[in-house]
Amino acid sequence: MWVIREQIGLTGTKFGCGVALCGACSVHLNGEVVRSCSIPIANIKATDRIVTIEGLSPASSHPVQKARADLDVPQCGYCQSGQIMAAAALLRKKPTPTDQDIDEAMTNICRCGTYQSIRAAVHRAAQATAAPAAPRKPAA
Amino acid sequence: MKKLSRQALINDSRRQFLVGSAAVAGGGLAVGLPFGWGDTQAQSAAGASPLEVNAWVVIKPDDNCVIRIARSEMGQGTRTGLAQLVAEELECDWKKVPTEYPTPGESHARKRVWGEFSTGGSRGIRISHDYVRRGGAAARIILIQAAASQWKVPADQLTVSNGVITHAASKRSTTYGKVAAAAAKLTPPDPASITLRDPKLWKVAGKPLKRLDTAGKVNGSQMYSIDLKLPGMLHAAVKDCPVFGGTLKSFDAAKIAGRPGVQRVFAIKNRTVVVVADTWWHAKSALDALPIEWDGGSNATRSSATIDAHLKEGLTAAEAYAGRDEGNTLKAIEGAAKKIEAVYSTPFLAHVCMEPMNCTARVSADRAEVRVPTQNGEASHAAMSEESGLPLDKCEVYKQDLDGGFGRRGGNQDFTRMAIAIAKEFPGTPIKMIWSREEDIAHDFYRPVSQCRLAAGLDESDKLVGLHLRVSGQSINAFQNPALIKDGKDDRQLQGYWAKPGDAQLGYSVPNLLIEYAMRNSHVPVGTWRGVNTNQNGVYMECFMDEIARAAGKDPLEFRRALMQSHPKHLAVLNAAAERAGWGKPLPVGVHRGIAQFMGYGSYSATVAEVSVSPQGAVKVHRMVFALDYGHAVNPDQIAAQVEGSAAYGLSATFHEEIIIKDGRVETANFHNYPVMRLAEMPKVETVIVPSFDFWGGVGEPTICVVGPAVLNAIYAATGKPVRSLPVRNVKLV
Repeated sequence: MWVIREQIGLTGTKFGCGVALCGACSVHLNGEVVRSCSIPIANIKATDRIVTIEGLSPASSHPVQKARADLDVPQCGYCQSGQIMAAAALLRKKPTPTDQDIDEAMTNICRCGTYQSIRAAVHRAAQATAAPAAPRKPAA
Repeated sequence: MKKLSRQALINDSRRQFLVGSAAVAGGGLAVGLPFGWGDTQAQSAAGASPLEVNAWVVIKPDDNCVIRIARSEMGQGTRTGLAQLVAEELECDWKKVPTEYPTPGESHARKRVWGEFSTGGSRGIRISHDYVRRGGAAARIILIQAAASQWKVPADQLTVSNGVITHAASKRSTTYGKVAAAAAKLTPPDPASITLRDPKLWKVAGKPLKRLDTAGKVNGSQMYSIDLKLPGMLHAAVKDCPVFGGTLKSFDAAKIAGRPGVQRVFAIKNRTVVVVADTWWHAKSALDALPIEWDGGSNATRSSATIDAHLKEGLTAAEAYAGRDEGNTLKAIEGAAKKIEAVYSTPFLAHVCMEPMNCTARVSADRAEVRVPTQNGEASHAAMSEESGLPLDKCEVYKQDLDGGFGRRGGNQDFTRMAIAIAKEFPGTPIKMIWSREEDIAHDFYRPVSQCRLAAGLDESDKLVGLHLRVSGQSINAFQNPALIKDGKDDRQLQGYWAKPGDAQLGYSVPNLLIEYAMRNSHVPVGTWRGVNTNQNGVYMECFMDEIARAAGKDPLEFRRALMQSHPKHLAVLNAAAERAGWGKPLPVGVHRGIAQFMGYGSYSATVAEVSVSPQGAVKVHRMVFALDYGHAVNPDQIAAQVEGSAAYGLSATFHEEIIIKDGRVETANFHNYPVMRLAEMPKVETVIVPSFDFWGGVGEPTICVVGPAVLNAIYAATGKPVRSLPVRNVKLV
């Protein structure tokens, strides 16, 4: 996490606890959501692929991001990067998650207590993804 | 799902990181830019810019109406709500409303033109609504006047909508952006002479408009203080003496000599060890490896057990402050047909904002500056002036949006003082000080510990004839504002039990009522924690009310109603919650209801909780229905968000949170032994707003005080045993 934040300068990944308990630092490592504060840089291989909140989508266009914005989920917003990375990873594995799936996957802490909206936004993102979309032009 | 086709590679010598190119261009660049001091907020306010129509409104040539917000945004939605109030009167285009923070230094220089900056006590909107609306209206009036003067027509022939001024008779129109410069030269009207729009006719305020600050919070671009990067900046990690009131004995800097990036290791105020390095990771790693010896002093023998014993003594001590003494309570209870007694207790709690305490400071011989997440910019300003020794006009605070405050970042500016003290050691160099989570939990201003002894008497017809309640616990004022306590009378600790209407009035009429406070302080620093004393006092009163109702053989709702006939607003929200929740209607097998009502921060709250308790004692909160009367509702969606957030914060405290004191220090360290509530435990929350339009109440805190008692009362209904000690995780329920 500190390499991401301090060396690379991508500060969307947050410091919350430093011991992998709160999830504010969640990123995708080879497609899996991981808590970056507890992964020493020495454990990262040259072939590993890390995606942070900044790389999740161009222009906040990921369905999880769009659903969060549509429902005005964030309050302070500090935990939201990690929450969004966790939700995006969940939807990749389970495109139409049940409430129980969300309970089990979304273990990140939000002290503002946006949990009810987070749950609604995960369902909304799932619906948006499942709905037949008009053909899109590939990103330039 | 869209594939991450736009990828860029960033090499960090050996490893490759994939990030979105768009984000690097946006977020990455923003991070790398030299964040000048004062270049992102209300610089245009320095002096009076030509487009500053008045202190609250700056209009740009492109018709953007910049609305100034003096209060802090920490997630509670105050920025959006205050902007709605200004925009309502300004009649500008809501799609063109950026906001900015004026700085405390500018406010000082301009004779506090923006009023107070304090964002606590749920006052952000209820205290400032009048003057910000007048600010918006005054701006509208002179903008219209400027157009009227230009067209040489009477101002009352003009109309305005969405920032477009029209003279229907001559079919002319212009925009705010075009007349702003002329308007800024006009003499503003006397604010007192302005008639504000009737809130029942509001078009922008009172509507569930979307927040103004969401976009940056879904893509990582929102900058928090902890994210700042300044040219030449160094990073500080700190360790304060773990025993409150203790001192530093020694540290062995030689043991960390030569570690990468470390610039200096030193102590401040003989109690805090500081490591300053090129990155925070280097500073923190070095600090963790540094051998430090502390002298805990006499406080090192204190523990939760000794503090609890001290409080317990206060429950029966001969002396206590009687905040309310009506009738002859002791005699009434003594002579009652039935007596009910109970003792409740609630622990110290930490705030645990998601972003640990931090502050970035730069101090030189004649200037001090901080960038800080603060609930009170003026308190930061005063603290930095004191700590730096520089006068207020040589100090400036640049506020950052907070990652939550919950009362931690208001009057207690310990983080600002510490950052200034460190920065003084590096003249001219910006220092970003960040606390570890462990440091954040170990050095809070905790929700005070308290206990409560209650006794009630019922007559032969099971009517409540006397109620005696005594709180024994630590006083926030005694720790923070001792001057506010006169002759040991600390009414603040009895918040929610007051007779006086308007702020935190008890909603019951009892013929013989004795409410006392026995001050029993400890060495642990205490402060305001969302809801402050209402969050404990609500538990005591409302849980005991269910115990009395049960002893009387009455339904908890009906029992309350009978005591609330002289308090119609309290009663109205209680009834609204009960009605929406379907009180009295059948529930699924194993699910039980609990109800509670209380008042705080000028607002009335009630809730019904639906709870089940498994045969193993596991509790599940299924649904909570809240009803609230805040007087005026400025943004119903943000109110609902605050209610849901209060539910989560209150449930977290009810079930999980507890600060343990051992050997004079906080034993609790991080989320493993300070568990907080997560999504899986969140019930379905419904919010019923009962607006009465005849007062202005707070929003952020009032509902937390009913969360715990409603849930505890539902557990009581489920198990038949009252829960009298928090958190619930320590209690064997079955």
